[in-house]
Amino acid sequence: MPQSDKDPVVRIEHLSKHFGEGSAQVDALRDINMTVYPGQVVGLMGPSGSGKTTLLNCIACIVEPSGGRITLDGALVYDDAWLKSDLRRLRLDKIGFIFQYPNLLPFLDGTDNVAVVLNLAGYGRSTARERASQLLEYLDVAHRKHAMPAQLSGGEAQRVAIARALANRPRIILADEPTAPLDSERARIVMDLLRRIAQEQDAAIIVVTHDEMILDRFDHIYRLRDGRLEIDTEKAMPPMHPSHPPPE
Amino acid sequence: MNLAYRDIRRNLLRFVLTNLGLSLLLGIVIMITGVYGGLVDDALRQARAAHADLWVVEAGTKGPFAEGSRISGDTRELVARVYGVAGAGAVTYQSVQTELNGKPLRFFLVGFEPGRPGGPAKLMTGRDIMRDHYEMIVDRSAGLKLGQVIPLGTHGHAFTVVGLTRGQVTSSGDPVAYVTLRDAQALQFELAPPAERREAARGGRGTSSDQINAVIATVSPHVRISDVASALSRWKHLTTLTEAQQETLLSKFVIQKARSQQMMIMILLVIVSAVIIALIIYTLTMDKVRSIATLKFIGAPDRTIVGLVVQQALSMGIFGYFTGLVLVLVFKPYFPRRLVLDPQSIVIVFAITVAVCLAASTLGIRLALKVDPAEALAGTG
Repeated sequence: MPQSDKDPVVRIEHLSKHFGEGSAQVDALRDINMTVYPGQVVGLMGPSGSGKTTLLNCIACIVEPSGGRITLDGALVYDDAWLKSDLRRLRLDKIGFIFQYPNLLPFLDGTDNVAVVLNLAGYGRSTARERASQLLEYLDVAHRKHAMPAQLSGGEAQRVAIARALANRPRIILADEPTAPLDSERARIVMDLLRRIAQEQDAAIIVVTHDEMILDRFDHIYRLRDGRLEIDTEKAMPPMHPSHPPPE
Repeated sequence: MNLAYRDIRRNLLRFVLTNLGLSLLLGIVIMITGVYGGLVDDALRQARAAHADLWVVEAGTKGPFAEGSRISGDTRELVARVYGVAGAGAVTYQSVQTELNGKPLRFFLVGFEPGRPGGPAKLMTGRDIMRDHYEMIVDRSAGLKLGQVIPLGTHGHAFTVVGLTRGQVTSSGDPVAYVTLRDAQALQFELAPPAERREAARGGRGTSSDQINAVIATVSPHVRISDVASALSRWKHLTTLTEAQQETLLSKFVIQKARSQQMMIMILLVIVSAVIIALIIYTLTMDKVRSIATLKFIGAPDRTIVGLVVQQALSMGIFGYFTGLVLVLVFKPYFPRRLVLDPQSIVIVFAITVAVCLAASTLGIRLALKVDPAEALAGTG
């Protein structure tokens, strides 16, 4: 089946977000349109204060937009029918997060840091730990599964964090500068890993980054400037799925 | 997966050290409860030790413990002749202080008639008083041994300890000592030699020493105590109190101030404990803000976050309570006053501790629930 036949996993239409009222109003996002298909890895770039984190928070259902529509895996969110608990559940089931810093829970070992997501989703302890072990193996960090976060190197901790993001087989993975604390070689390894995950798990991955060295790892690159989104296709590598329609 | 337990396990040393301080505080709460229990129990024991059904005292008084009562020594014969009275014994009560090996020694001295009601009920060791003079039975808390000789009174009469009792102290903690009624009356009315000479020179005849403080009556099991009490109340120069009335007087009125004071100390300690637990929990929660933000970001429900805070507060309270209890039980024998910790008090203090922990955790819960999941994205490393 051609990839273009698939529905987009993330569809953002005319999204806007402003903070404050009247003369103190700040427009963080203005008329944002974005579509990400399964298997795509999309880069989101921009200077500090351009609205990258706000956009990521809107997609993550952390911040409610002021206007526009967000559709995640076919579900239109923020249409007044969503409760806070529904959004939390949507985050748990459909979205995986990779933070700039691994943000591993310091009191859990590698396996439990991954298993905790499955526990929250209602899986039993043994099932959760088994799946966590598989993921750590998949990410070549199984040998550190009993180590506490403080005992892990930056690269190992980031891999455990990626394993945690994949635990619930999410359709959407949001990554906030995942390569920032890594050297260029490790950064490329992590990006290759994300591309592999996108392909193998048919997930849409949105990566916020400042790192110019990894731009060739993205299918598309969006640039945010003063809350407006611009497409920059020149620096992106050829799409992994040529049949995908070009970004809007 | 119990997140609270994992967090505690990771910082076990910090948890133990923090809780050690808390356990000392909770130990003091438990100790004050024990002192309170001991105060009430000692007061009741003082009345119960006499095994009286009725107390006959001076008219219009609430003697002999709540206030002074002085009646004639022959009242005992009068009471003994009333229908239904199975036994009657005259008693005197007085506080005495003497010196032994250079240290002050205080007693609550009971004068009684051997073989009649009012004497010690059960001896721990030794024998009953068998001679008319200069023998005494004393509570072991006085620290005396059998055969030890104690000087008492203005003439320094030497009393030999012939028996020891256990757990017989007054509500102020003084050990109870028993001597014969005659010895007790002599100690009460005997003047020091210079005062005696002055009294003689003045031509004073002195007051009769056949005075007692109360008559203790036991009632035949076939007769109602209230009937005997009402028969005795016909004498206008006497007042009759039942055992229950005497206990109420002792436990409610005589030690009222001390009870209120200890209750106040206990309430203040509970408040201080609550504040300390709240601050510890708040600090622990502050330390976990980023973890809480991450948990919220990945989809943890509020109940998971609240559970994390509450379980840590409860762990702290339970650990502190039981460590405090063990400390109090270990050091109980070394307390200068008797501690009485009945199971009911232990359960009540435990329930209060749990309630305090739950209340104290609200500050931490409030903070945890206010944590913005977006803080997980903050690039502080």
